[in-house]
Amino acid sequence: MEETTKCELVLHINGEQRTVITRQAETLLFVLRDELGLTGTKPGCLNGDCGACTVLVNGTPIKSCMMLAIETVGKEITTIEGLRDTPIQHAFVRHFAFQCGYCTPGFIMNIHALIEQHPNADQSTIQEWLQSNICRCTSYQEIEAAVKEALQAKKTDIQPSHNRISRV
Amino acid sequence: MVPFEFAYYRPQSIAEAVAMFIELEQKGKRPLYYGGGTEIITLSRLGLVSTAAVIDMKAIPECRVLDADSDPLVLGAALSLTELVEANPFPLLTKAAKEVADRTARNQITLGGNLCGQIFYRETALALLVAEADIVIAGPNGVRQSRINDLFHQHLQLSRGEFVVQIKVRRFAVELPHFHHKRRKQGEIGYPLVTIAALKKDETIHAAFSGVCPFPFRSAKVEAHLNDRRRPATERIQAAVNAFPRPILHDIEGSADYRLFVAAQLLEDALRELGETI
Repeated sequence: MEETTKCELVLHINGEQRTVITRQAETLLFVLRDELGLTGTKPGCLNGDCGACTVLVNGTPIKSCMMLAIETVGKEITTIEGLRDTPIQHAFVRHFAFQCGYCTPGFIMNIHALIEQHPNADQSTIQEWLQSNICRCTSYQEIEAAVKEALQAKKTDIQPSHNRISRV
Repeated sequence: MVPFEFAYYRPQSIAEAVAMFIELEQKGKRPLYYGGGTEIITLSRLGLVSTAAVIDMKAIPECRVLDADSDPLVLGAALSLTELVEANPFPLLTKAAKEVADRTARNQITLGGNLCGQIFYRETALALLVAEADIVIAGPNGVRQSRINDLFHQHLQLSRGEFVVQIKVRRFAVELPHFHHKRRKQGEIGYPLVTIAALKKDETIHAAFSGVCPFPFRSAKVEAHLNDRRRPATERIQAAVNAFPRPILHDIEGSADYRLFVAAQLLEDALRELGETI
Protein backbone atom coordinates (compact mmCIF):
# COMPACT_ATOMS: atom_id res chain seq x y z
CA MET A 1 0.00 0.00 0.00
CA GLU A 2 1.27 3.49 -0.94
CA GLU A 3 2.51 5.32 2.14
CA THR A 4 3.08 8.86 0.85
CA THR A 5 0.52 11.57 1.62
CA LYS A 6 1.36 13.63 -1.48
CA CYS A 7 0.44 12.59 -4.97
CA GLU A 8 0.22 13.69 -8.59
CA LEU A 9 -3.33 14.29 -9.73
CA VAL A 10 -4.55 14.73 -13.29
CA LEU A 11 -7.69 16.83 -13.13
CA HIS A 12 -10.07 17.80 -15.92
CA ILE A 13 -11.03 21.40 -15.30
CA ASN A 14 -13.02 23.63 -17.64
CA GLY A 15 -12.26 21.34 -20.57
CA GLU A 16 -8.53 21.26 -19.93
CA GLN A 17 -6.30 18.60 -18.42
CA ARG A 18 -4.30 19.97 -15.47
CA THR A 19 -1.63 18.11 -13.52
CA VAL A 20 -0.86 19.02 -9.95
CA ILE A 21 1.20 17.58 -7.12
CA THR A 22 -0.68 18.04 -3.89
CA ARG A 23 -1.54 16.62 -0.50
CA GLN A 24 -3.98 13.72 -0.55
CA ALA A 25 -5.78 15.50 2.29
CA GLU A 26 -6.15 18.73 0.34
CA THR A 27 -9.60 19.99 -0.50
CA LEU A 28 -10.57 20.79 -4.06
CA LEU A 29 -11.02 24.45 -3.09
CA PHE A 30 -7.38 25.01 -2.22
CA VAL A 31 -6.05 22.98 -5.13
CA LEU A 32 -8.10 25.13 -7.51
CA ARG A 33 -7.01 28.38 -5.91
CA ASP A 34 -3.47 27.83 -4.63
CA GLU A 35 -2.15 25.20 -7.01
CA LEU A 36 -3.95 26.10 -10.22
CA GLY A 37 -4.63 29.82 -9.82
CA LEU A 38 -8.36 29.50 -10.35
CA THR A 39 -9.25 32.12 -7.77
CA GLY A 40 -12.79 32.69 -8.98
CA THR A 41 -13.85 29.96 -6.57
CA LYS A 42 -14.10 31.74 -3.21
CA PRO A 43 -13.21 30.48 0.26
CA GLY A 44 -15.93 31.50 2.67
CA CYS A 45 -16.88 29.62 5.79
CA LEU A 46 -14.74 26.54 4.94
CA ASN A 47 -17.49 24.65 6.73
CA GLY A 48 -19.92 23.79 3.94
CA ASP A 49 -22.40 26.43 5.01
CA CYS A 50 -22.05 29.47 2.76
CA GLY A 51 -21.75 28.02 -0.77
CA ALA A 52 -19.18 30.61 -1.95
CA CYS A 53 -16.85 27.80 -3.06
CA THR A 54 -19.43 25.92 -5.14
CA VAL A 55 -18.12 24.30 -8.33
CA LEU A 56 -19.59 21.65 -10.60
CA VAL A 57 -18.29 18.09 -10.54
CA ASN A 58 -19.77 16.12 -13.42
CA GLY A 59 -22.39 18.84 -13.62
CA THR A 60 -23.43 18.54 -9.96
CA PRO A 61 -22.93 21.48 -7.57
CA ILE A 62 -20.38 20.63 -4.89
CA LYS A 63 -18.97 22.74 -2.09
CA SER A 64 -15.30 22.51 -2.95
CA CYS A 65 -14.24 23.14 0.66
CA MET A 66 -15.93 19.85 1.54
CA MET A 67 -14.47 17.61 -1.18
CA LEU A 68 -10.96 16.28 -1.49
CA ALA A 69 -9.28 17.10 -4.80
CA ILE A 70 -8.24 13.47 -5.10
CA GLU A 71 -11.91 12.44 -5.21
CA THR A 72 -12.39 14.34 -8.46
CA VAL A 73 -9.84 12.41 -10.54
CA GLY A 74 -11.62 11.17 -13.68
CA LYS A 75 -14.44 13.67 -13.30
CA GLU A 76 -15.22 16.90 -15.13
CA ILE A 77 -14.79 19.97 -12.95
CA THR A 78 -16.29 23.30 -13.94
CA THR A 79 -15.40 26.51 -12.13
CA ILE A 80 -16.66 30.02 -12.66
CA GLU A 81 -13.75 30.55 -15.06
CA GLY A 82 -15.25 27.82 -17.24
CA LEU A 83 -18.54 29.60 -17.82
CA ARG A 84 -18.84 32.05 -20.70
CA ASP A 85 -21.96 33.91 -21.78
CA THR A 86 -24.38 31.74 -19.88
CA PRO A 87 -27.90 33.06 -19.39
CA ILE A 88 -27.44 33.30 -15.65
CA GLN A 89 -24.29 35.43 -15.94
CA HIS A 90 -26.11 37.94 -18.13
CA ALA A 91 -29.18 37.86 -15.91
CA PHE A 92 -27.07 38.62 -12.83
CA VAL A 93 -25.71 41.73 -14.55
CA ARG A 94 -29.11 42.83 -15.81
CA HIS A 95 -30.69 42.52 -12.38
CA PHE A 96 -27.68 43.79 -10.37
CA ALA A 97 -27.97 40.55 -8.43
CA PHE A 98 -24.86 41.26 -6.34
CA GLN A 99 -23.31 43.94 -4.23
CA CYS A 100 -19.83 43.02 -2.99
CA GLY A 101 -19.81 40.06 -5.39
CA TYR A 102 -17.97 37.62 -3.13
CA CYS A 103 -20.75 35.06 -3.10
CA THR A 104 -21.55 35.52 -6.79
CA PRO A 105 -19.40 32.73 -8.31
CA GLY A 106 -20.93 30.18 -5.95
CA PHE A 107 -24.46 31.35 -6.73
CA ILE A 108 -23.77 31.34 -10.46
CA MET A 109 -22.39 27.80 -10.44
CA ASN A 110 -25.31 26.47 -8.42
CA ILE A 111 -27.92 28.25 -10.51
CA HIS A 112 -26.25 27.22 -13.77
CA ALA A 113 -26.61 23.57 -12.68
CA LEU A 114 -30.21 24.19 -11.62
CA ILE A 115 -31.05 25.59 -15.04
CA GLU A 116 -29.32 22.73 -16.83
CA GLN A 117 -30.95 20.03 -14.69
CA HIS A 118 -34.34 21.61 -14.09
CA PRO A 119 -35.18 23.99 -16.93
CA ASN A 120 -38.79 23.95 -15.73
CA ALA A 121 -37.92 24.57 -12.09
CA ASP A 122 -40.83 25.87 -10.04
CA GLN A 123 -40.65 28.28 -7.10
CA SER A 124 -40.09 25.56 -4.51
CA THR A 125 -37.27 23.99 -6.53
CA ILE A 126 -35.59 27.36 -6.98
CA GLN A 127 -35.92 28.03 -3.27
CA GLU A 128 -34.58 24.60 -2.33
CA TRP A 129 -31.49 24.99 -4.51
CA LEU A 130 -30.73 28.57 -3.53
CA GLN A 131 -30.86 27.77 0.17
CA SER A 132 -27.38 26.33 -0.33
CA ASN A 133 -25.83 29.76 -0.85
CA ILE A 134 -25.63 32.76 1.47
CA CYS A 135 -25.35 36.39 0.36
CA ARG A 136 -24.31 38.62 3.25
CA CYS A 137 -25.34 41.68 1.22
CA THR A 138 -28.81 40.13 1.04
CA SER A 139 -29.32 40.50 -2.70
CA TYR A 140 -31.80 37.69 -2.63
CA GLN A 141 -34.66 39.42 -4.41
CA GLU A 142 -32.44 40.38 -7.31
CA ILE A 143 -30.90 36.91 -7.43
CA GLU A 144 -34.33 35.31 -7.58
CA ALA A 145 -35.31 37.64 -10.42
CA ALA A 146 -32.12 36.73 -12.28
CA VAL A 147 -32.81 33.01 -11.84
CA LYS A 148 -36.30 33.36 -13.24
CA GLU A 149 -35.09 35.35 -16.22
CA ALA A 150 -32.35 32.82 -16.95
CA LEU A 151 -34.84 29.96 -16.72
CA GLN A 152 -37.08 31.76 -19.15
CA ALA A 153 -34.12 32.34 -21.47
CA LYS A 154 -33.28 28.65 -21.30
CA LYS A 155 -36.86 27.72 -22.12
CA THR A 156 -37.04 29.99 -25.12
CA ASP A 157 -33.41 29.30 -25.99
CA ILE A 158 -32.85 33.03 -26.40
CA GLN A 159 -29.99 34.41 -24.36
CA PRO A 160 -30.14 38.06 -23.29
CA SER A 161 -27.65 40.00 -25.39
CA HIS A 162 -24.95 42.35 -24.07
CA ASN A 163 -26.88 45.22 -25.67
CA ARG A 164 -29.65 44.77 -23.15
CA ILE A 165 -27.44 45.31 -20.12
CA SER A 166 -28.73 48.26 -18.16
CA ARG A 167 -26.25 50.82 -16.91
CA VAL A 168 -26.61 53.63 -14.42
CA MET B 1 -8.86 22.57 4.79
CA VAL B 2 -7.55 19.54 6.61
CA PRO B 3 -4.74 20.61 8.96
CA PHE B 4 -2.93 17.26 8.97
CA GLU B 5 -1.87 14.65 6.45
CA PHE B 6 -3.66 11.46 5.58
CA ALA B 7 -3.49 8.91 2.80
CA TYR B 8 -6.55 8.33 0.63
CA TYR B 9 -7.62 4.86 -0.50
CA ARG B 10 -10.44 3.91 -2.85
CA PRO B 11 -11.17 0.17 -2.69
CA GLN B 12 -13.23 -1.45 -5.43
CA SER B 13 -14.81 -4.19 -3.31
CA ILE B 14 -15.97 -4.96 0.21
CA ALA B 15 -13.15 -7.44 0.69
CA GLU B 16 -10.54 -4.92 -0.44
CA ALA B 17 -11.94 -2.27 1.90
CA VAL B 18 -11.85 -4.59 4.90
CA ALA B 19 -8.33 -5.80 4.04
CA MET B 20 -7.16 -2.20 3.74
CA PHE B 21 -8.69 -1.32 7.07
CA ILE B 22 -7.01 -4.25 8.83
CA GLU B 23 -3.61 -3.45 7.32
CA LEU B 24 -3.84 0.27 8.07
CA GLU B 25 -5.06 -0.40 11.59
CA GLN B 26 -2.11 -2.73 12.20
CA LYS B 27 0.21 0.07 11.03
CA GLY B 28 -1.31 2.45 13.55
CA LYS B 29 -2.95 4.70 10.94
CA ARG B 30 -6.34 4.80 12.73
CA PRO B 31 -8.18 4.57 9.38
CA LEU B 32 -11.65 6.01 8.86
CA TYR B 33 -14.20 4.86 6.34
CA TYR B 34 -15.07 7.82 4.14
CA GLY B 35 -18.45 8.42 2.50
CA GLY B 36 -19.30 11.92 1.34
CA GLY B 37 -16.50 13.24 3.53
CA THR B 38 -18.31 16.37 4.69
CA GLU B 39 -18.21 15.52 8.38
CA ILE B 40 -14.65 14.17 8.33
CA ILE B 41 -13.38 17.32 6.61
CA THR B 42 -15.39 19.64 8.88
CA LEU B 43 -14.39 17.95 12.11
CA SER B 44 -10.77 17.62 10.96
CA ARG B 45 -10.60 21.37 10.48
CA LEU B 46 -11.94 21.83 14.00
CA GLY B 47 -9.47 19.34 15.47
CA LEU B 48 -12.22 16.91 16.43
CA VAL B 49 -11.17 14.11 14.07
CA SER B 50 -7.72 12.77 13.40
CA THR B 51 -6.58 9.97 11.12
CA ALA B 52 -3.64 9.00 8.95
CA ALA B 53 -5.78 7.21 6.35
CA VAL B 54 -9.27 7.42 4.87
CA ILE B 55 -10.95 4.60 2.93
CA ASP B 56 -13.46 5.95 0.41
CA MET B 57 -16.50 3.68 0.06
CA LYS B 58 -17.96 5.21 -3.08
CA ALA B 59 -16.34 2.81 -5.59
CA ILE B 60 -17.71 -0.32 -3.90
CA PRO B 61 -20.58 -1.51 -6.12
CA GLU B 62 -22.68 -2.94 -3.27
CA CYS B 63 -22.57 0.43 -1.51
CA ARG B 64 -23.96 2.15 -4.61
CA VAL B 65 -27.00 -0.11 -5.19
CA LEU B 66 -30.40 1.52 -5.45
CA ASP B 67 -32.98 -1.18 -6.12
CA ALA B 68 -36.38 0.41 -5.70
CA ASP B 69 -38.35 -2.38 -7.37
CA SER B 70 -37.30 -5.30 -5.19
CA ASP B 71 -38.80 -6.47 -1.90
CA PRO B 72 -37.07 -5.49 0.27
CA LEU B 73 -35.88 -2.40 -1.51
CA VAL B 74 -32.13 -2.05 -1.27
CA LEU B 75 -30.33 1.23 -0.60
CA GLY B 76 -26.54 1.39 -0.78
CA ALA B 77 -24.82 3.24 2.03
CA ALA B 78 -22.80 5.36 -0.41
CA LEU B 79 -25.87 6.78 -2.15
CA SER B 80 -26.03 10.52 -1.70
CA LEU B 81 -29.06 11.98 0.03
CA THR B 82 -29.88 13.79 -3.23
CA GLU B 83 -29.90 10.48 -5.08
CA LEU B 84 -32.28 9.06 -2.46
CA VAL B 85 -34.55 12.09 -2.62
CA GLU B 86 -34.71 12.11 -6.42
CA ALA B 87 -35.35 8.37 -6.69
CA ASN B 88 -37.83 8.52 -3.77
CA PRO B 89 -37.99 4.76 -3.12
CA PHE B 90 -39.20 5.29 0.47
CA PRO B 91 -41.19 8.51 0.93
CA LEU B 92 -40.65 8.76 4.70
CA LEU B 93 -36.88 8.45 4.20
CA THR B 94 -37.10 11.00 1.39
CA LYS B 95 -38.73 13.49 3.74
CA ALA B 96 -36.04 12.90 6.35
CA ALA B 97 -33.19 13.13 3.85
CA LYS B 98 -34.55 16.28 2.26
CA GLU B 99 -34.34 18.11 5.58
CA VAL B 100 -30.66 17.30 6.20
CA ALA B 101 -28.26 20.22 5.57
CA ASP B 102 -28.89 21.96 2.22
CA ARG B 103 -29.34 20.87 -1.40
CA THR B 104 -25.69 21.19 -2.43
CA ALA B 105 -24.44 19.51 0.73
CA ARG B 106 -26.88 16.65 0.12
CA ASN B 107 -25.17 16.02 -3.21
CA GLN B 108 -22.26 14.78 -1.12
CA ILE B 109 -23.68 13.52 2.17
CA THR B 110 -24.31 9.79 2.00
CA LEU B 111 -26.94 7.65 3.69
CA GLY B 112 -24.22 5.70 5.50
CA GLY B 113 -22.46 8.87 6.54
CA ASN B 114 -25.60 10.37 7.99
CA LEU B 115 -26.35 7.17 9.94
CA CYS B 116 -22.84 6.80 11.30
CA GLY B 117 -21.85 10.43 11.79
CA GLN B 118 -20.46 11.90 14.98
CA ILE B 119 -22.86 14.83 14.69
CA PHE B 120 -25.61 13.29 16.69
CA TYR B 121 -28.83 14.16 14.88
CA ARG B 122 -28.50 11.27 12.35
CA GLU B 123 -32.01 12.02 11.11
CA THR B 124 -32.24 9.40 8.37
CA ALA B 125 -32.07 6.81 11.16
CA LEU B 126 -35.54 7.84 12.35
CA ALA B 127 -37.28 6.63 9.20
CA LEU B 128 -35.34 3.37 9.28
CA LEU B 129 -36.09 2.77 12.97
CA VAL B 130 -39.84 3.17 12.60
CA ALA B 131 -39.82 1.05 9.42
CA GLU B 132 -37.73 -1.60 11.23
CA ALA B 133 -35.34 -1.79 8.31
CA ASP B 134 -32.49 -4.26 8.02
CA ILE B 135 -28.90 -3.16 7.81
CA VAL B 136 -26.09 -5.00 6.03
CA ILE B 137 -22.71 -4.58 7.70
CA ALA B 138 -19.28 -5.71 6.54
CA GLY B 139 -16.13 -6.02 8.59
CA PRO B 140 -13.21 -8.21 9.55
CA ASN B 141 -15.59 -11.02 10.55
CA GLY B 142 -17.48 -10.99 7.25
CA VAL B 143 -20.85 -9.64 6.14
CA ARG B 144 -23.88 -9.75 8.43
CA GLN B 145 -27.44 -8.49 8.35
CA SER B 146 -29.41 -7.26 11.37
CA ARG B 147 -32.54 -5.33 12.19
CA ILE B 148 -31.42 -1.74 12.64
CA ASN B 149 -33.42 -1.54 15.85
CA ASP B 150 -31.13 -4.19 17.38
CA LEU B 151 -27.98 -2.24 16.49
CA PHE B 152 -28.98 1.39 16.85
CA HIS B 153 -28.81 2.46 20.46
CA GLN B 154 -28.14 6.21 20.36
CA HIS B 155 -25.76 5.40 17.52
CA LEU B 156 -25.01 2.37 15.37
CA GLN B 157 -23.14 -0.15 17.47
CA LEU B 158 -20.45 -1.17 15.01
CA SER B 159 -17.26 -2.99 15.89
CA ARG B 160 -13.91 -1.53 14.87
CA GLY B 161 -13.42 -2.07 11.15
CA GLU B 162 -17.11 -2.56 10.34
CA PHE B 163 -19.00 -0.38 7.91
CA VAL B 164 -22.56 -0.13 6.59
CA VAL B 165 -22.99 -1.63 3.12
CA GLN B 166 -26.74 -1.41 2.56
CA ILE B 167 -30.12 -0.73 4.09
CA LYS B 168 -33.04 -3.01 3.24
CA VAL B 169 -36.61 -1.83 3.74
CA ARG B 170 -39.50 -4.25 3.40
CA ARG B 171 -42.01 -3.06 0.85
CA PHE B 172 -45.04 -3.09 3.14
CA ALA B 173 -43.28 -0.59 5.41
CA VAL B 174 -42.66 1.76 2.49
CA GLU B 175 -46.38 2.01 1.86
CA LEU B 176 -47.59 2.56 5.43
CA PRO B 177 -49.17 5.89 6.44
CA HIS B 178 -46.50 8.11 7.91
CA PHE B 179 -45.64 11.49 9.37
CA HIS B 180 -42.42 13.48 9.31
CA HIS B 181 -41.70 16.95 10.57
CA LYS B 182 -38.55 18.83 11.47
CA ARG B 183 -38.98 21.95 13.55
CA ARG B 184 -36.03 24.33 13.78
CA LYS B 185 -35.45 27.44 15.87
CA GLN B 186 -35.66 29.50 12.70
CA GLY B 187 -35.20 29.16 8.95
CA GLU B 188 -35.29 26.10 6.78
CA ILE B 189 -31.66 24.96 7.06
CA GLY B 190 -30.01 23.71 10.19
CA TYR B 191 -30.22 21.34 13.08
CA PRO B 192 -33.57 20.53 14.65
CA LEU B 193 -35.22 21.56 17.84
CA VAL B 194 -37.26 18.42 17.31
CA THR B 195 -37.62 16.01 14.42
CA ILE B 196 -40.28 13.31 14.50
CA ALA B 197 -40.72 10.42 12.09
CA ALA B 198 -43.73 8.20 12.67
CA LEU B 199 -45.73 5.56 10.90
CA LYS B 200 -48.77 3.47 11.66
CA LYS B 201 -48.63 -0.29 11.26
CA ASP B 202 -51.56 -2.52 12.22
CA GLU B 203 -53.09 0.37 14.21
CA THR B 204 -49.86 0.78 16.17
CA ILE B 205 -47.92 4.01 15.97
CA HIS B 206 -44.14 3.82 15.71
CA ALA B 207 -42.32 7.08 16.47
CA ALA B 208 -38.67 8.11 16.52
CA PHE B 209 -37.13 11.41 17.55
CA SER B 210 -34.06 13.53 16.97
CA GLY B 211 -33.06 16.89 18.40
CA VAL B 212 -34.72 16.27 21.76
CA CYS B 213 -31.81 14.40 23.29
CA PRO B 214 -28.14 14.27 22.28
CA PHE B 215 -28.98 11.12 20.32
CA PRO B 216 -31.85 9.89 18.15
CA PHE B 217 -34.17 7.39 19.76
CA ARG B 218 -37.18 5.17 19.37
CA SER B 219 -38.60 4.13 22.74
CA ALA B 220 -40.98 1.29 23.62
CA LYS B 221 -42.14 3.24 26.70
CA VAL B 222 -42.94 6.31 24.63
CA GLU B 223 -44.82 4.28 22.05
CA ALA B 224 -46.79 2.43 24.76
CA HIS B 225 -48.15 5.77 25.95
CA LEU B 226 -48.85 7.00 22.42
CA ASN B 227 -50.81 3.84 21.66
CA ASP B 228 -52.77 3.71 24.93
CA ARG B 229 -56.16 4.50 23.41
CA ARG B 230 -57.97 4.11 26.75
CA ARG B 231 -56.79 7.66 27.48
CA PRO B 232 -57.48 10.93 25.68
CA ALA B 233 -54.86 12.02 23.16
CA THR B 234 -53.61 14.93 25.25
CA GLU B 235 -52.83 12.58 28.15
CA ARG B 236 -51.18 10.06 25.84
CA ILE B 237 -48.96 12.77 24.40
CA GLN B 238 -48.00 14.20 27.77
CA ALA B 239 -47.21 10.76 29.15
CA ALA B 240 -45.12 10.02 26.05
CA VAL B 241 -43.13 13.23 26.43
CA ASN B 242 -42.61 12.52 30.15
CA ALA B 243 -41.18 9.14 29.17
CA PHE B 244 -38.54 10.57 26.84
CA PRO B 245 -35.03 9.41 27.71
CA ARG B 246 -32.71 11.87 29.38
CA PRO B 247 -30.92 14.23 29.13
CA ILE B 248 -33.07 16.65 27.18
CA LEU B 249 -30.96 19.06 25.14
CA HIS B 250 -30.75 22.50 26.70
CA ASP B 251 -28.67 24.90 24.61
CA ILE B 252 -28.70 28.10 22.58
CA GLU B 253 -31.03 26.51 20.02
CA GLY B 254 -33.69 25.85 22.61
CA SER B 255 -34.20 25.15 26.28
CA ALA B 256 -35.16 21.68 27.46
CA ASP B 257 -38.66 22.86 28.39
CA TYR B 258 -39.15 24.45 24.98
CA ARG B 259 -37.99 21.35 23.14
CA LEU B 260 -40.47 19.22 25.13
CA PHE B 261 -43.22 21.74 24.39
CA VAL B 262 -42.41 21.58 20.65
CA ALA B 263 -42.25 17.79 20.78
CA ALA B 264 -45.73 17.65 22.32
CA GLN B 265 -47.13 19.95 19.64
CA LEU B 266 -45.57 17.87 16.89
CA LEU B 267 -46.87 14.66 18.42
CA GLU B 268 -50.37 16.13 18.32
CA ASP B 269 -49.84 16.87 14.61
CA ALA B 270 -48.52 13.34 14.10
CA LEU B 271 -51.47 11.66 15.81
CA ARG B 272 -53.92 13.78 13.86
CA GLU B 273 -52.22 13.04 10.54
CA LEU B 274 -52.15 9.33 11.34
CA GLY B 275 -55.90 9.30 11.88
CA GLU B 276 -56.06 9.35 15.67
CA THR B 277 -58.89 11.17 17.45
CA ILE B 278 -57.55 14.34 19.04
